[in-house]
Amino acid sequence: MMQQIACHECDLIHDIPPMPARAAARCVRCGAVLFRTRANSIDRTLAWTIAGLVLYVVGVSFPFLAMKNGPIYNETGLLTGIQLLFEQGIIPLATLVFLTCVLIPLIQMLGLLYIFVPLKLNIRVQYAKPVFRLFKHVKPWSMMEIYMLGILVSIVKLGKMATIIPGLAVIAFGLLIFVLNFALSSVDTHMVWERLEGDS
Amino acid sequence: MKPIRSSALQLGLVSCHDCHLLSRRPKTLGHGAAHCPRCGGELHQRKSNSIARTWALVLAAMVFYIPANVLPMTITSAVGTVSADTIMSGVIYFMQHGSWEIALVIFTASVFVPFLKFIILIYLLLSVQFKWVKQPKNLTRLYRFTEAVGRWSMLDIYVVTILVALVKLGFLANIEAGPAALYFALVVVTTMIAAESFDPRLIWDVVEKKHE
Repeated sequence: MMQQIACHECDLIHDIPPMPARAAARCVRCGAVLFRTRANSIDRTLAWTIAGLVLYVVGVSFPFLAMKNGPIYNETGLLTGIQLLFEQGIIPLATLVFLTCVLIPLIQMLGLLYIFVPLKLNIRVQYAKPVFRLFKHVKPWSMMEIYMLGILVSIVKLGKMATIIPGLAVIAFGLLIFVLNFALSSVDTHMVWERLEGDS
Repeated sequence: MKPIRSSALQLGLVSCHDCHLLSRRPKTLGHGAAHCPRCGGELHQRKSNSIARTWALVLAAMVFYIPANVLPMTITSAVGTVSADTIMSGVIYFMQHGSWEIALVIFTASVFVPFLKFIILIYLLLSVQFKWVKQPKNLTRLYRFTEAVGRWSMLDIYVVTILVALVKLGFLANIEAGPAALYFALVVVTTMIAAESFDPRLIWDVVEKKHE
């Protein structure tokens, strides 16, 4: 039997045709993308993910903004900022920022490594399937690019009160947004599930 | 690509949410959990209780939307004077100080997008419930749009947290997060889950029922 797929937005069944290496199949009825194929998915995803992790470490550990007003000099990084929110008792917001900008992007990248390193080496690891499912579910909650826009708005907002000096982390974050996006878009989901199919 | 003009539902098949594998509908579906033979994810013909769940979350978000807009988002104290800013007064501040681009960005992300999401989700829910489906393709597009834009509403939450972290003790001014920040975060989270709970395939089920 030829393999079939149902559109996840309108449930129409399609046959899966032989696909070229870099193409998207769309639903004929509602236009949703059924799936995409990627050239060199494994190598590309790994390369972008490793680059992303390096940028992530820089982005998280260096200050992203410093504020100077006469003798007063304040600087804040992502983690110190969140810690400060915790100390001020704004726990729900601090948790939300921590999840969406620190933890979930990290889970995404580590999850990709956990799936793609074994695929590259042709070995099998436990829990690959639940990890890949989790990877799909956390995706909408990774919001670094919005945080980046937030940094820009804050620079404008405080620009009249003091001198704002963007730190190294801003550059790292800026790059990370693109790199993480490239990593995510080089994942060939269909291929990964087929490769994981035999695992238990 | 030559499609067979039937949905998985009509053919007695079920598509996995997580890995998109198409499998024969197990008899246990709907009575206790059925799992995808490939990835182990839970199988559902349609997202469970999609309509009721989406309604509940949209209504909850609409309730949170009121204090989020009325109460202060930030409380700034500088040498003796204390001022409380709501989302709208922040927007107006930017407009008066010439940064209308920033004003537009904040207004769109914090006020307009959540409001638009309420309207679209309610419209989708009513269309499915009362079978008012004339242009299913456009309804599906609306759904895709709501799913994609909702997250950008987090912007104002991030701005508040960055300001609070940056302007801290030892400085002449001090900024604190106001009560609206929490309500606003709830609006964003509940509307995101609401969009996620709605199942766009219900739109097409209405169309298929009409043709049968």
